[in-house]
Amino acid sequence: MIAAHFPVLQVVLPLAAAPVCVLLRREVLAWWITLATTWAVLVNAVLLLDRVTTLGPITYALGGWAAPLGIVYRIDALNGAVLLLVSAIAAVLLPYARMSVLREIGAERAALFYAALLLCMTGLMGMAATGDAFNVFVFLEISSLSTYALVAMGQDRRALTAAFQYLIMGTLGGTFILIGIGFMYAATGTLNMADLAARLPLAENQRAVQTAFAFFIVGISLKLALFPLHLWLPNAYTYAPSVVTVFLAATATKVAVYVMLRFTFDVFGVHQVFSNLTVERVFPFLAGLGVILASVSALFQINAKRSFAYSSVGQIGYIVLGIALLSPLGLTAGLLHLFNHALAKGALFMALGCLYYRLGSVSLPALAGAARQMPLTAAAFVVSGLSLIGVPLTAGFISKWYLLRATLEQDQWLLALIIVAGSLLALGYVWRVVEQLYLRPAPTDREAVRDAPWSMLAPTWTLVVANLYFGIDSRLTVGLAGQAMRALLEGAP
Amino acid sequence: MTLPGLFPYWVVIVLMMIGFYMVIAHGNLVLKIIGLNIFQTSVFLLYISMGKVNGGTAPIIASGFSTYSNPLPHVLILTAIVVGIATTALAATLIIRIHGAYGTIEEDEIHRQDNSL
Repeated sequence: MIAAHFPVLQVVLPLAAAPVCVLLRREVLAWWITLATTWAVLVNAVLLLDRVTTLGPITYALGGWAAPLGIVYRIDALNGAVLLLVSAIAAVLLPYARMSVLREIGAERAALFYAALLLCMTGLMGMAATGDAFNVFVFLEISSLSTYALVAMGQDRRALTAAFQYLIMGTLGGTFILIGIGFMYAATGTLNMADLAARLPLAENQRAVQTAFAFFIVGISLKLALFPLHLWLPNAYTYAPSVVTVFLAATATKVAVYVMLRFTFDVFGVHQVFSNLTVERVFPFLAGLGVILASVSALFQINAKRSFAYSSVGQIGYIVLGIALLSPLGLTAGLLHLFNHALAKGALFMALGCLYYRLGSVSLPALAGAARQMPLTAAAFVVSGLSLIGVPLTAGFISKWYLLRATLEQDQWLLALIIVAGSLLALGYVWRVVEQLYLRPAPTDREAVRDAPWSMLAPTWTLVVANLYFGIDSRLTVGLAGQAMRALLEGAP
Repeated sequence: MTLPGLFPYWVVIVLMMIGFYMVIAHGNLVLKIIGLNIFQTSVFLLYISMGKVNGGTAPIIASGFSTYSNPLPHVLILTAIVVGIATTALAATLIIRIHGAYGTIEEDEIHRQDNSL
């Protein structure tokens, strides 16, 4: 039965398709293969999540070697939803990618680009699916290495230095995670997550367990760009090709958040992490600071892509803030924002990619007056911007609302204030772009441009409509977030 | 544990700090990568020393041997070494392309050129 192999297929398919792209070399073939793969993986993820939410968690032993000796994949409501998010974004992005990649990468290197994108997807899906601690590290490095290569394909030469900077910081983060996993193994003699969860509290040397957690949490915080470990992110997002920025902003940091959740709540356990190590005092502080400082930085950028890269750091702050409240409502809010922000930021960066496709730049002066010539792109930008701010009837509102309720439930007035202030700042940096698009006259020396091609507009509007849909009918997202939250709090993975 | 017993850990810590310092302090991109390699290697040593069992031999069943070193950390680190090689290769490629684009591999000089753009 093929259904039994769903958990592994979503990692194997993109992994197998990547070398095929390299061998075929033809741009059009590579694109079709990538498109088919991402859609197959999406169908797979939908079926898998459906099985998990109705029948309960699935454990899949690779090669038939049972845990704890073999490596297992374990899918529950939480990582089932993360897998769906990654594959859905990839599936929507691929039709969009064709034109954008031809313009920004060129036909001769496009096949290599798609191969790297598939490998990046493999890594992200693997990180989400696996139930083995060392396997997380391996998939993390697969996704990171391909990301460095993808970022370096940007047109600006600063893409190279951005990729190099990301490589240095990413490798340091990855190595910290490796040290953490080493200490976990030294303390318990196992790498299986469920086994680790059972044995870590009983480990003889609790100091080693705490060291493991310290290294692991710093490493993964670097990967998810928690303030102040976010320094690699603005440059990488700004100079990467548009397609890569969309993919990274919507998925990569989100999967890192998932890994952090899995290890803090399941593997180390809430008691260890939050009572013994008082992480609940550090995280809200960093997250709150990140929301404010990153949002303020976003206000002062000339390049629109860079502005929204800083905004991403702030939005990661929101997600971590919700999680660090440690209440069921806070956790639900954090997870909700993880999905809704992926939708909003994905749509935003897609709209910016459309603008870049026609105008050749996304610095604010270059965008002046573009709304009259590219009305659909500009409108997509406005709606996804509203979702980012958190205006009612958009997905962003739902998660901000849950975040506010979660803070007020605990009488955390300062954090509630930070959430509102962050939204006001978001209004500011979204407005700066809208003002350029709609209110400034177009420069006279610019040639008339048409709206972006349909193959790019349709995926952008798909995400925009998703933002509106999940803002009005939140049953699906809230239900999933609630189920994922219960999967986390119920303990062992 | 006695001091000689802790010796591998001291080596790990010293190597780790040397590597980390090189990554932070040097402006030359190649030296940064060498530092990164030393940093990674120290973690490899941490794993390898962890798997060593006193008097243990290679984990191959043979008559006359009953104590074996733990092979699992060694196998894990083979994977990590491959990751390290891939990282170094990619970094070296990036350095070549940066040299092509900027004509230098000194960080200060690169920043200076970009700000003047």
